Amino acid sequence: MSERKLHPAVAGAQPMYRAENDPDAPLFEGAYKQRFDDILTRYPDKRAAILPVLAMCQELRGWISSETIERVAELLDLTPAYVLSITSFYTMFRPQPVGKYLIQVCTSIGCDLCGAENVVEKLLAATGTRTGEISEDGLYTVIEVECLGACGFATVVQVNERVYESVKTETVTRLLEELR
Amino acid sequence: MQATETTTRATSLTIDGTDVTVPEGTTIWEAARQLGIEIPVLCHDPRLRPVGVCRMCVVDVGERVLAASCVRQCADGMSVVTQSDKLDRCRATLTGLLMSDYPDESRRQVTTADDQLLELAERYGIERGKSALPRGNGRPDDLSSPVIAVDHSACILCDKCIRACNEIQHNDVIGRTGKGYGTRIGFDLDNPMGQSTCVACGECASVCPTGALTNVQLTAPLRPRSALTSVDSLCPYCGVGCTITYHIDPEENTVVYADGRESPGSQERLCVKGRYGFDYSRHPQRLTMPLIRREEFYPKGALSSDVRGARGARRRKKPGGLVDYDEVMPAFREASWDEALDLVAGRLKEIKDTHGSSALAGFGSAKCSNEEAYLFQKLVRAAFGTNNVDHCTRLCHASSVAALLETIGSGAVTNTFGDVGNADVALVAGSNTTANHPVAATFIKDAVHNGTTLIVIDARETGIARHAHHFLQIEPSSDVALYNAMMQVMIEEDLVNHDYIRDFTEGFEELREVVRSYTPEAAERVCGVSADKIREIARVFARAKSALIFWGMGISQHTTGADNARCLISLALLTGNVGRPGTGLHPLRGQNNVQGASDAGLIPMMYPDYQSVADEKVQAKFEKAWGIPLDPKPGLTVVEIIGGALSKEIRGMYMMGENPFLSDPNTNKVRKALAALDFLCVQDIFLTETAEFADVILPASSFFEKTGTFTNTDRRVQVGRKALSSPGEARLDWEIVCDVARRMGYPMAYDSTEEIFEEFTALAPSYAGLTHENLQPTGKLWPCPDPETGDGIQILFGDGFPTPSGRGKFVAAQHQPPAELPDAEYPFVLNTGRLLEHWHTGTMTRRSRALDAIQPQAFCEMHPEDLAELGVETGEPVHLATRRGSIVLAVRASTATPRGNVFLPFHFREAPANILTHDKLDPFGKIPEFKFSAVKVEKAEAASA
Ligand code: SF4
Ligand code: SF4
Ligand code: FES
Ligand code: FES
Repeated sequence: MSERKLHPAVAGAQPMYRAENDPDAPLFEGAYKQRFDDILTRYPDKRAAILPVLAMCQELRGWISSETIERVAELLDLTPAYVLSITSFYTMFRPQPVGKYLIQVCTSIGCDLCGAENVVEKLLAATGTRTGEISEDGLYTVIEVECLGACGFATVVQVNERVYESVKTETVTRLLEELR
Repeated sequence: MQATETTTRATSLTIDGTDVTVPEGTTIWEAARQLGIEIPVLCHDPRLRPVGVCRMCVVDVGERVLAASCVRQCADGMSVVTQSDKLDRCRATLTGLLMSDYPDESRRQVTTADDQLLELAERYGIERGKSALPRGNGRPDDLSSPVIAVDHSACILCDKCIRACNEIQHNDVIGRTGKGYGTRIGFDLDNPMGQSTCVACGECASVCPTGALTNVQLTAPLRPRSALTSVDSLCPYCGVGCTITYHIDPEENTVVYADGRESPGSQERLCVKGRYGFDYSRHPQRLTMPLIRREEFYPKGALSSDVRGARGARRRKKPGGLVDYDEVMPAFREASWDEALDLVAGRLKEIKDTHGSSALAGFGSAKCSNEEAYLFQKLVRAAFGTNNVDHCTRLCHASSVAALLETIGSGAVTNTFGDVGNADVALVAGSNTTANHPVAATFIKDAVHNGTTLIVIDARETGIARHAHHFLQIEPSSDVALYNAMMQVMIEEDLVNHDYIRDFTEGFEELREVVRSYTPEAAERVCGVSADKIREIARVFARAKSALIFWGMGISQHTTGADNARCLISLALLTGNVGRPGTGLHPLRGQNNVQGASDAGLIPMMYPDYQSVADEKVQAKFEKAWGIPLDPKPGLTVVEIIGGALSKEIRGMYMMGENPFLSDPNTNKVRKALAALDFLCVQDIFLTETAEFADVILPASSFFEKTGTFTNTDRRVQVGRKALSSPGEARLDWEIVCDVARRMGYPMAYDSTEEIFEEFTALAPSYAGLTHENLQPTGKLWPCPDPETGDGIQILFGDGFPTPSGRGKFVAAQHQPPAELPDAEYPFVLNTGRLLEHWHTGTMTRRSRALDAIQPQAFCEMHPEDLAELGVETGEPVHLATRRGSIVLAVRASTATPRGNVFLPFHFREAPANILTHDKLDPFGKIPEFKFSAVKVEKAEAASA
């Protein structure tokens, strides 16, 4: 997936899920330290910066670990419990490591009526995982998510930053192949 | 005395038809409360920031929607209705919704019966299990904390615990996790409570309105308050002197649980010791009969392997947390009170007759009440005929008191800890406040949140340091150099308060001369803090509009303890920070009655209220009052008395509630000294390590079993009230003292502690006018010029000092190294101290179920890098050795302790810290240097091989 160049004003809208995620990447170093400092300049107080800062961490590592929570709490003068309340509230923050491709299947009512459940089943079978797990080759993690806002094209599947419309059980294999 | 009041506008409105005027910004709920109108709440508590999440408190303000009265502010002309059918319907529906998911049994309902949700359910006739909504949120229990049970299924997410933890105690442990139906409270990173950073203060459980957070049963089964007896009393532990209501089961003769009680000092707050450490008094090891040493166990010596010495300890059969009564009791036989008292009085009299009065000595205790302390020193002075009476203050703040008396003429605090809220800058020096004065620490943390700049100066990175704006981690024992340098900067940069120095002080020129050479650069080399930082701190402190200084044992327990304190006093005088709101000197007192025991005269050179024994006029006053000639020679101090026992200068001793075997420095010497005494009487509630050397042991009463006054660190004199009866034949301490005096031929008779207090206050001008009666319910500060109406004087010395010249005196100090420096053989610095959960020699807290469960094991702390160099993992045993002895105990890695240092809590008898410490004294305060010895550390196997 190609790196988008962000205007500083919209830097909050970062790619939350990148194929290049590295769970061991150092946090708040180099360019990321620079971005952290930039983010802080945009808010009246440190606490207000929590969402973009967490999003940046997830972009880098693919998920939010306890270590990440503690670091963020320390840097933003917040308590770890408070940071956890944020990360556990917003489901887009992943509490576990994910594969290179995070496959998010909408199972809200629209997609569900059009067979989302079957799509999920097919995806899990094809990747050999259970929901939330990383496939053996490290490539895929399949999760169910709430409405992705493209209900007219059910079933909607979002892989990392990219949205696939009208996914059917029959097209699942091709979708996975395309990613690989 | 508060800071100048800011003028606020008033708002007028009507509530349920009654006109009311309140200051602008008052919430409707608060205004209604002032009118006596109760509006039901769930998520609100007046001590917490209102959040308005539960909507139980809705009222009708004539708008389209109802308003939550706990957050909605009053407005001019507003007409509020708090009771109507509509409101009732609304509250009932809300209660019904919350109840739909409520567990079938709430722990609170079956224990304390103060489940507010169930009360509302009853009021609105809501039956459990009748709702058509899905039931059972499946949220789990968490029973990992030894003191608080968590039932997530009873939680209504009112956020009260989160706010109590964050805003009242500032421990910041709780948050919410998850969203929607899956939301619940979480500790730290959603850990089990017992494994989180929770310090078990219980504030969250005390505010929880449902059965989600409840106290765990520690003694008898928890029952509703209405089924128990309540006694308004105090905490038996530290000098903060928190006020407590104990809930008693009279049949079981035990405290069942404790609640914080409203008072100007502690404001309902408690720490883990106060809330959960009450059960020691019913421990099966309580002494219930007088005991006399059997013939076969002479000559005297230690009885248990632990007390015999380090080698014996390794052969210990049982876990070492408590004295093994099986080893010790056979040496004693039970006796009647008559026999025991006759023996005590007879032997003491015999020694007095053969060797003179000065061969006798007594140790009182800062755990005893003012009345007991007063009587005890009277026993020693009038009946024994000597001034050899001292107590554990000698080991904690003697140097501070010596310095304060010398410089400002009074040893007590000049302002209360709570006034830190008015301070522009607060300086906390050598005080592990969050562990040792936890509730005082909450007020310091409050102040920080409200804009006070906090400076913490310490060798260790203590809990309070984490809240500091400026934390200066100095080399141990470099205090004088640092403070001199700060003063040098203030003088050099002309930041001192010239008017104050001119009007209220003396000795400034001498101080200027001494500190001249202490440039920040020179100090940097000694204390390891950069010269720039020293300059910065000096400026921050000097420019403060008001600054309050707190200090603890890190200042006082040095051979330079008095010098350290003198420097802090000079800092305050130099900047004019005494005698105004938000300013002052506050040496935080350790024991619950350190202040009072000193006030009452448990000091070898002073009668009650610091009246010198060497002053003839004073002597005449006390001779007249007590009807007997008194010794004009000042007596010996704690460590000197122990030394005297060894040299046979002291032959007979009486100890009331002290445990010098563990508390005094250089245990191996103390052991020899105690064994050398011709006669030792120990009066205590447990058989202490010291009691193993006794000829007679007298069973005394615990805090909960007696009524008396206690003076806290603020000078607040408060009444501790009898809540339980004493076990077996144990008697009240003051009665025992009277009996011994009488049998020694000195008449002493009182009907009550009130009467003793009356006699004491008549001789102690600072306590004049105070009576047990006018001290209820929340005590008064001494001095109290108008005891019937006033609360006492909070801020002292706004207009001069009680010194001969009326001025505060600068006493300059030169930096001096500690008595025993590290060398090649003993390369580490040993620093002893305390933990939040334990109290001094552990006699009480090791016998408290909750406290011992939280901190069951002896350990020391070292920096992880030092451990790595030694090849020791955290949790492994190490061998600590000094020139005096050695101990083996587990080590924990902690970056709070700097490299090259070992921090050793002194509560643990199985690894007694004072085997290692030395007994060199501060020449002025006669306090030992507990904070600095040279120690060698080795991996344990290597050492024992
Ligand atoms: S017991 Fe005290 S520290 Fe622990 S969670 Fe409750 S309020 Fe916080
Ligand atoms: S702070 Fe001190 S007085 Fe208060 S509860 Fe704790 S130990 Fe007791
Ligand atoms: S229901 Fe699937 S995208 Fe909205
Ligand atoms: S008490 Fe007012 S909203 Fe909860």
